[in-house]
Amino acid sequence: MNLLDWLPRFWNESLITIYMVGVSTFFTVIFGLPLGVLLVLTDKDGLLPRPGLNRVLSFIVNLARSIPFIILLVLLIPFTRALVGTSIGPTATIVPLTLAAVPFFGRVVESSLREVPRGLIEAAESMGSSLWQTVSKVLISESMPGLILGVALTFISLVGYSAMAGAVGGGGLGDLAIRYGYIRNETDVMLVIVVLLLILVQGVQWIGDRLAAKLSKK
Amino acid sequence: MIKLENVSKSFFDGKSSVHALHDVSLEVGTGQIYGVVGTSGAGKSTLIRCVNRLEVPEKGRIWVDGQEITALDDASLRKARQGMGMIFQQFNLLSRRTSSENIAYPLEIAGFSKLERESRVKELLNLVGLEDKANSYPAQLSGGQKQRVGIARALANHPKILLSDEATSALDPATTESILELLVDLNQKLGLTILLITHQMEVVKKVCDHVAILENGYLLESGPIFDLIADPHSHLSKAFFPPIQEALLDPDAIQAAITFIGVAADEPILASMMREFEVDVNFLGGNIQQIGKRRVGQLQVELKGKEVAESLSFLQERGLRVEVRK
Repeated sequence: MNLLDWLPRFWNESLITIYMVGVSTFFTVIFGLPLGVLLVLTDKDGLLPRPGLNRVLSFIVNLARSIPFIILLVLLIPFTRALVGTSIGPTATIVPLTLAAVPFFGRVVESSLREVPRGLIEAAESMGSSLWQTVSKVLISESMPGLILGVALTFISLVGYSAMAGAVGGGGLGDLAIRYGYIRNETDVMLVIVVLLLILVQGVQWIGDRLAAKLSKK
Repeated sequence: MIKLENVSKSFFDGKSSVHALHDVSLEVGTGQIYGVVGTSGAGKSTLIRCVNRLEVPEKGRIWVDGQEITALDDASLRKARQGMGMIFQQFNLLSRRTSSENIAYPLEIAGFSKLERESRVKELLNLVGLEDKANSYPAQLSGGQKQRVGIARALANHPKILLSDEATSALDPATTESILELLVDLNQKLGLTILLITHQMEVVKKVCDHVAILENGYLLESGPIFDLIADPHSHLSKAFFPPIQEALLDPDAIQAAITFIGVAADEPILASMMREFEVDVNFLGGNIQQIGKRRVGQLQVELKGKEVAESLSFLQERGLRVEVRK
């Protein structure tokens, strides 16, 4: 392998990975946060007890999490095509990545919000807070450090999932690793990619840890 | 100011239902410091939570400041809650907000502007003596300081009522004392009506003017504290002045409990009685308690002699409560 020849390629594929995973993480938070909040609120001891709805939501989450990602990727091809016009390429990969991560992040949000002491919610209610005020100013605000760590965790899991994106021509570092490092057996390419992924994962975890520590006042 | 009428509430814990409150009625007047005492599991927490409807009673009605709390819709209930402050054993401060920001929370809920919030928060910090801790987070404060923030937060919207849920139970004796002094001070300065629940008799003795005793969900007795103490049959009086064991008694003598409240505790009435009447007094036990600003004492005595009846009425004429036990 001539590193100089490969450098632009590595750079390019790294950007594609960051793009796919970054945008997927963004949409995961948009959809997963309300899902997690809903899971907590509709619980039988929650602020908006709806045990039936809670069971249905929980079942859908478990179902989605049971499907292996590679299967989901293929299953979703028609849906992806309808949504973004194509089922091939990095942008198309964002759809299955997001759909795979939303139930996961929803559970992460749920467990973070459950950490908020019951007494704080009671205090907020005693001061006349509305449901929305209790959710935003107490539940979400208090669990912010945990939520940030959950976002980092989701991003890192998606880096792993994105390696399978090659199956739909998604591109990115993982795709490169499978095609050159695994299929063509070019171990040095594989090694460089692993180092690049390590730097990405380590970097995101570091940022997540720092941010969470700064936000926590305990 | 607060009125509970035949309030009942039970919980279902898996198999059986537990009665937390059983047909409880009580009335708290404006400006009173009303203490509800009882052991844990007596239903105190449920009782105070019914007042701002954190718990919904199954039966009975509750009024606060003329408003029937048990009949309000959600929006009116939220509005009504803004007129009732509440403080907690575990303080329940938001960990990611400074003292100032915690105190500002109820003002945000009530829709005050940033400017109004800032000036009110300043007043409140001043009121509870925490001006220098405005920008500290709860984790940086001591228990007593946290409770002061809790009190300031509870008072932010100028409530007429403060509900105190075991507010001093997590504090050491010296800090408890200073928090209780603050409550009495607020009661006097602001005319604040305080309903507090506690398992500590010390709290009742120091601050309450009215008491209710709760046991297994039943209200055993309630009323002005000195009336209850003066009644030797009351649970409160027995808690303060435990009766002497029967085995100690002389079968020929008359045994009596003499209770004196306030001024009488400082006068030598008993000495006068012994000089004027032909009676022998044998002291079995005695105890003087400081309750609020008054001293209350009880002596348990055995009386023998010709003029026992006369000597007892002499005491009663001078305002002492006498109960003959045999």
